[in-house]
Amino acid sequence: MARRMLNEELIKTLAENCAPIRPLAHPARRALVWFAVSSCYVAVVVAAMGVRPDFLAKVADPRFATELAAAFLTSIVAAAGAFSAGCPARPIWERFAAGFFLFVWAAALAIGCWRDVDAFGFAGLLAHSDIYCLPTILAISIPAALLILSMVKRGAPTAPFVTIGLAALASTALAAAALRLSFRQDAAVSVCIWQFGSVVLLTGLASLFGRALLHWTMRDALLASFQAHRR
Amino acid sequence: MRIRSGRGELSDTSNDRDIRWRALMAASQDGDHAAYAELLSDLFPVLRRFVMRRWPNAYDTEDVVQEILASIHTVRHTYDRKRPFTPWLMTIAARRVADAARSRYARANETTVDVLPETFQDDGAKSEQEARDDREALIRAMATLPAGQRHAIELIKLQGLSLDEAARVTGKSVGSLKVGVHRAIKAMRRALERDG
Repeated sequence: MARRMLNEELIKTLAENCAPIRPLAHPARRALVWFAVSSCYVAVVVAAMGVRPDFLAKVADPRFATELAAAFLTSIVAAAGAFSAGCPARPIWERFAAGFFLFVWAAALAIGCWRDVDAFGFAGLLAHSDIYCLPTILAISIPAALLILSMVKRGAPTAPFVTIGLAALASTALAAAALRLSFRQDAAVSVCIWQFGSVVLLTGLASLFGRALLHWTMRDALLASFQAHRR
Repeated sequence: MRIRSGRGELSDTSNDRDIRWRALMAASQDGDHAAYAELLSDLFPVLRRFVMRRWPNAYDTEDVVQEILASIHTVRHTYDRKRPFTPWLMTIAARRVADAARSRYARANETTVDVLPETFQDDGAKSEQEARDDREALIRAMATLPAGQRHAIELIKLQGLSLDEAARVTGKSVGSLKVGVHRAIKAMRRALERDG
């Protein structure tokens, strides 16, 4: 009997706290909003660091253009995937769609490595140590990551590891693309290891914090209201 | 938008039920309190069956169902009106059952010895009947407690709130809650001993 009353009290409390709410926008739309805001920030960063002088010549190269486009598309599709993961029961493919562009990005880098081998022999595969890429990508991606974190927190934490992993992928891919617009690092192996590798590493590390960053919360007001009922 | 309940108006096929729930949820998102209460009342038995099927050994099925309802409330803005309601509901329910199982398991490993009376130790070796008897004895023992102590036990030992959270909920100090829980456990122990 006591249990039944408690259940009825809970339902009554929840119903009383049912203020009108605006449903979340479609994940793709939210991704576009995030990408638009983050791109403005990245544009400022690139302008501050300086656009690489050979940018126009480089972007005319289909391989470079594909690599850059794939990085940007990985970013935006991963963001859409992160928002989709926060909406229960949305199609599962939406979470993995970014994988396709990540693959295209990796393939473009692999073609670059192949070209280097063709031009310089296996000496072309010697990677320079560009360890600074990791902290640079991390630093550039932090504001975009904080923005997407605040946005994914509005969703349901039904898949916290995937959500945070995709959010990190979106932010770091955008930062890596920004780096390609500024830095004249064209040795494909170095780009592959230090830039693409940083993106993969940071994504993997961030996803480990999924449950710490996204969890269910019962709002204080709701708890207080429930309590007031029980008194 | 107001949706009429009419339990008998629609046949209870899952499709009809989903259409009804979608309409109720859409009305709830618009702030219709009655539609929301109706929806939650509809969902309660469904979720209880779901929890019992997913986690047959749960000793606190009702608590888990309550957690699911509170979670649904917290994330009701994530429901897309154009999509079916049942998969949305069941995704949340499945996740919350898994979370509850994990947290109960972790808590049992950390605190069971301190929290529960001796009769609950070695639960694994008991038969289902013995476990049920223990549970009933515990419920009887809880019923003998003054309201304040019973409330403290419910919040801290059954719902798993921390002392700080329970203090916020009740408006009491952490110290008085500690004393309340301590006295409640002693009183329950005495009641259980009397009970045999």
